[in-house]
Amino acid sequence: MSFNRIEMTRRAALMTSAAIAANVVAPWRAFAQETPRKGGVFTVHYGAEQRQLNPSLQASTGVYIIGGKIQEPLVDLDAAGQPVGVLAESWESSKDGKSITFRLRKGVTWHDGKPFTSADVAFTALEMWKKILNYGSTLQLFLTAVDTPDAHTAVFRYERPMPLHLLLRALPDLGYVSAKHIYEAGDIRTNPANLAPVGTGPFKFVQYERGQHIIADRNPNYWRNGQPYLDRIVWRVVTDRSAAAAQVEAGQILFSPFSGLTISDSARLAKDKRFIVTTKGNEGNPRTNTIEFNFRRKELADLRVRQAIAHAINIPFFIENFLGDFAKVGTGPIPSVSTDFYPADNGPQYAYDKALAAKLLDEAGFKAGPGGTRFSLRLLPAPWGEDISLFATFIQQSLSEVGIRVEIVRNDGGGFLKQVYDDHAFDLASGWHQYRNDPAVSTTVWYRSGQPKGAPWTNQWGWTDPVIDKIIDDAATELDPAKRKALYGEFVRRANTELPIWTPIEQLFLSVINAKVRNHSNTPRWGSSTWHDLWIAE
Amino acid sequence: MRILSLAGRRLAASVPTVLLILIGIFLLLQFAPGDTVDAMMAQMGGGDAATARELRKFYGLDLSVAAQLGNYLWRLVRFDLGFSAIYGKPVVTVIAERLPATLLLMISALSFAFFFGLVLGVVAARRVNKWPDTLISTLGLIFYATPSFWFGLMAIVVFSIYLQWFPPGGLEDITTVNTGLWRVLDIARHLVLPTLTLGFIYLAIYLRIMRASMLEVQNLDFVRTARAKGLDETRVVVRHVLRNALLPMVTLIGLQAGTMLGGSVVVESVFSLPGLGRLAYESVIQRDLNTLLGIVFVSALVVIAVNFVTDLLYARLDPRITSGV
Repeated sequence: MSFNRIEMTRRAALMTSAAIAANVVAPWRAFAQETPRKGGVFTVHYGAEQRQLNPSLQASTGVYIIGGKIQEPLVDLDAAGQPVGVLAESWESSKDGKSITFRLRKGVTWHDGKPFTSADVAFTALEMWKKILNYGSTLQLFLTAVDTPDAHTAVFRYERPMPLHLLLRALPDLGYVSAKHIYEAGDIRTNPANLAPVGTGPFKFVQYERGQHIIADRNPNYWRNGQPYLDRIVWRVVTDRSAAAAQVEAGQILFSPFSGLTISDSARLAKDKRFIVTTKGNEGNPRTNTIEFNFRRKELADLRVRQAIAHAINIPFFIENFLGDFAKVGTGPIPSVSTDFYPADNGPQYAYDKALAAKLLDEAGFKAGPGGTRFSLRLLPAPWGEDISLFATFIQQSLSEVGIRVEIVRNDGGGFLKQVYDDHAFDLASGWHQYRNDPAVSTTVWYRSGQPKGAPWTNQWGWTDPVIDKIIDDAATELDPAKRKALYGEFVRRANTELPIWTPIEQLFLSVINAKVRNHSNTPRWGSSTWHDLWIAE
Repeated sequence: MRILSLAGRRLAASVPTVLLILIGIFLLLQFAPGDTVDAMMAQMGGGDAATARELRKFYGLDLSVAAQLGNYLWRLVRFDLGFSAIYGKPVVTVIAERLPATLLLMISALSFAFFFGLVLGVVAARRVNKWPDTLISTLGLIFYATPSFWFGLMAIVVFSIYLQWFPPGGLEDITTVNTGLWRVLDIARHLVLPTLTLGFIYLAIYLRIMRASMLEVQNLDFVRTARAKGLDETRVVVRHVLRNALLPMVTLIGLQAGTMLGGSVVVESVFSLPGLGRLAYESVIQRDLNTLLGIVFVSALVVIAVNFVTDLLYARLDPRITSGV
């Protein structure tokens, strides 16, 4: 059984590799000569409906894919991955790093006609980013005030130095602005605008039919003259991945973002000239597959056992046979696409070596008992993607070969978070770590001690390391970009040495796009971006 | 009026049943690890502990289980189904939005299955053990044995992707605006494949039942009497055999209306239809207790209503039930 599966997936993956290589180059050639065509309806696959659509209140791709066309952030990332102004035109930091000034774009209006001003920025920063927005509340923990000397200047005041370098890389995700006049009265969480967002973006919200579709129309007063090109965007709610693939094939959906289709369907569509299957445009949302160790188990508290587990799993084999070109071997908590922070030296790596794994386990005192079993572990895979599920089975089979029996316990999303991060009822957990352009945003919390119990995607391993705590704290307030990079290099090496979490696989999301779409995938967070320049050829 | 009192008694008996079901589901969901805030965190991709605490208070999850259940039942007595955590609006509104699509799909699939099940069952019984019977029975077996998600996906591949006769999903075309009759036709076009997919499984059951009960009734004494009277064959089949053979079919419909309501989650997902099945599934994943209990409540009401109609139909088909023989 298992061999058949490997063979099938392998064949699919290999065919895909070739097809993707051919496809990625082709569409770009066409761009230069063509003039954008106005009009058209862009249809997008929407797999998992969220509870609200306002990106100032929820930082997740499921919100950006819709709210990111209606509302805009202060800054976004350009094609080279560097911060570029959207609602902010320029910025500067004071010498001590405690005040950061943003000069805002003039002549921008909200969809209801009211002007966009610094009061909106101040309100959003203090009431939403600092109080409600996930990761925003951590990022803006030391934000004390936002001064508005005039309508187009916002000065962020911090209690402790805030590296401008960090803020600019965090704001594309955590810097969406909402209108003060919409939100100032009443409870922000129950505001009707959360499901009918009002923004400054190129598209105006029209309608949300739960379980069916969301519609946004061209904003004729958009501040980039002559844009957007599209008349309308329709997000179709399709929960079944195979059904979504069928709709893509039938031309009813032009874009399926963030690995919304199954690996095999993506591989199949990649061979079809009518579709483009690419990881490009997703460099801003890299993720690593993880194995988290629970130090409350005496076996796992021993570094040699953690090293042995890493050495026992043949990662290149798994990637080649199950994930194909969509993934590569991970080197540490900072993925290689992070040009600003990826260190030259990642510290110890754990190549596949079954004999070494067995030797390490013997040394740690866990000799094989009757039947060859040393000890048993409970592995909790997260339910986010099929790759995690496949990886869990692969871990199970790999570890059984070195005498560790693994029981896989599957949960849905809520159950997984509760059991791992609150109840700590796991020995091994496996999921994704999402990297958000700067390690201080969502990476260091996986390692820093003192995280409150129950906070998801944080250090709940029962592991404390004063060395890594100090590196993390120093880097968080270091103003010099070069020194920050050096500190995070140290952080990666320490993380790989102590190995509280192993990050063996690095992946980018996969986009499936109809070939008649133009100007797609042109920034590192294209799926989340405003799509102001997107158009559809005849 | 005997039938009404019979139906009335049935209705009265269903009240405690509904209550027990609601309490049972409430307690069952308490056993699932995680609550709606965990599910929300999973969707958001992270959040700090203070936010989680605040959200639990916001959703009333900081109370004890007994207090939550008490609150819920007290609201239910006042016909208040509560507030949906995922949708941010009253549960009644959420369900009311989904109910039309579900009922439309359910009624069209049931009618399709009932009508063709009946016709094919009669044909098979009339030509028993001849080739039409074998053909129909084999087809029925194939329909019954095919999983509906596969059937749905294959229908999409053939009819939507290759032949492009029908749309691959959704309830109506949203890229163009249709009104009046055009809108009705558009929705009908969208419902063809889901109706067939959902209907085929039930069709198989109905035709088997119909065939069996036709064969049984055909050999009874009164049929022989009818034939002996010199009635023509069509009249015998329609007036005498069919009418009596219909009783088990009607019973089955009453039972299956409920199953179909919940069982369409697969068809709804494959064809991206906004129905109650998908809503229920989502409520479980999102641990949205109010919505789930609301759906259970409404489904129970629908099942009770269908059974009530079934009881009335019995009386129409078999006068002995009302005459008290």
